[in-house]
Amino acid sequence: MHLYQLTLRETQEGLQKGKFSSVELVRSCLERIKELDLKIHAFITVCEEEALEQARQADKTLDHQSSTINHQPLLGIPIAIKDIFCTKGIRTTAGSKVLEDYIPVYDATVVERLKRAGAIILGKTNMDAWAHGSSGENSDFFPTKNPWSLELVPGGSSSGSAAAVASGMALAATGSDTGGSIRLPASFCNLVGLKPSYGRVSRYGVVAMASSLDAMGHLTKDVTDSAIILNIIAGKDLYDSTTPEKPVPDYLKNLKKGIKGLRTGVPKEYFVEGMDLKMKEKVREAIKVLEKLGAEILEVSLPHTEYALAVYYIVQPSEVSSNLARYDGIRYGFPRHTFGDEARRRIMLGTYTLSAGYYEAYYLKAMQVRTLIKKDFEKVFEKVDVLVAPVSPTPPFRLGEKVGDPLQMYLSDIFTVTANLAGIPGLAVPAGFVDGLPVGIQILGPQFSEELLFQVGYAYEQETKWYKRKPELK
Amino acid sequence: MKKNAKRKTQNAKLSEREVIHVAKLAGLVLNPQEVKKFQKQLSEVLKYIEILNEIETKGVEPTSQVTGLENVFREDKVGPSLSQKEVLSGVKNKKDNMFKTKAVLE
Repeated sequence: MHLYQLTLRETQEGLQKGKFSSVELVRSCLERIKELDLKIHAFITVCEEEALEQARQADKTLDHQSSTINHQPLLGIPIAIKDIFCTKGIRTTAGSKVLEDYIPVYDATVVERLKRAGAIILGKTNMDAWAHGSSGENSDFFPTKNPWSLELVPGGSSSGSAAAVASGMALAATGSDTGGSIRLPASFCNLVGLKPSYGRVSRYGVVAMASSLDAMGHLTKDVTDSAIILNIIAGKDLYDSTTPEKPVPDYLKNLKKGIKGLRTGVPKEYFVEGMDLKMKEKVREAIKVLEKLGAEILEVSLPHTEYALAVYYIVQPSEVSSNLARYDGIRYGFPRHTFGDEARRRIMLGTYTLSAGYYEAYYLKAMQVRTLIKKDFEKVFEKVDVLVAPVSPTPPFRLGEKVGDPLQMYLSDIFTVTANLAGIPGLAVPAGFVDGLPVGIQILGPQFSEELLFQVGYAYEQETKWYKRKPELK
Repeated sequence: MKKNAKRKTQNAKLSEREVIHVAKLAGLVLNPQEVKKFQKQLSEVLKYIEILNEIETKGVEPTSQVTGLENVFREDKVGPSLSQKEVLSGVKNKKDNMFKTKAVLE
């Protein structure tokens, strides 16, 4: 057993009991990076010296205080940060050449909270530039490979975060999810990925993609770890006025409560024609497991599901075109001719749908259908507590397979964009393998039902243990 | 009905001129090959999103945000802010400790 294979929970215990030091733990991850990242390309920046120095500091504190875990639950634990989160003094590129040399002078709120909890930043992970993509291939630097098979994409846009955690290069990693960018890579890499409710986690200091959809979350090895991190990053932030006063529960407290009698909806629109048959079978198996664990399974309908991707491809590029207008190369970064193809596509699409004469036909129409989609969920959640659905219509696909056809790439997000449009949380958990490749399911619930999603995810993963399987890497 | 749908589809297609115009509005510069490539790709996406025309939305309220929060205020208290040096740390062109830009008005 190597230290890099441990979960956050296990490292907390190990550090507390003095079984190993933070320096040993950080070294284990750094060595893993040296050994593998030339093949996988999960990191854009690795902070070796800084991480080791922080580990030495953490070890000193750990030697003196044994109750630190309550105040600093991540003390001495190395994690990776998606390169879309601003990190003070550490280059932050958003995967784009426009920000190739940008060094922020402040931390994103999520980063600040993780640091305060004692976490050590190992480095910044690769991603589709500006988080535009479902495969990681839109990175302006290099594509990240899937640790389960180097010919396949790891899923995007949090491609580097997923590959880093799946291959043991980091114990956990942050991500951002505007249309599936945490859940899709989690499911392609056999990880747990949480997209929290809109507003649950601050967006401050994160390079904005689509401001009404962006949700900050994380990719972890199991559900317990996901709850540990949400405990740290959730809650109101004065710097992001979309974070409500809503109290933050202890997400670990009721984790093991079980799911007896849980009304679980299966939306029939998520099992459409064209979905990979073996994937469908896997998701059905997962539903049977939940039933065995005591959940009551009900077929439900979300009638406007088939329109969600079209709504998303109006709302999202519109907001993208507005958010990316600030990159003028005057105050920082490089001029606009450095934007890659996908960013330019979305900027132009958004500029078009927002322009005079088209606003009502596109943007207003999309916002109205968004209301109908949101209402579909509200109605269904009167009848059921949670929904269970596939994350992706297909298993991980080959590098290069969809890069020439943007619309095909967009269709990868067909089952994930709905949660962003409705603002509800989604938890992706491993659900087994099709031809040796990971498959994920997502558990969806009403706004701010993360605690419940963790209960379901925990019960399911304890029964199935899919998350224990690791890719064979040399 | 079908004929009507087809006509709409053709209307939605972007012309090369429109692509050039939109790029200009967005401060992007495209070469002629790029104009052709983006014209095709953007038209395909615009065609796809026409599926929304199937839904009647008369009288449906638009959703622009999902929090339900409105008029979020805070106390107007002065806190620490970035120094001028920090603010200028990423700039490539500066003069007298200020950002240097092209003239807006001649």
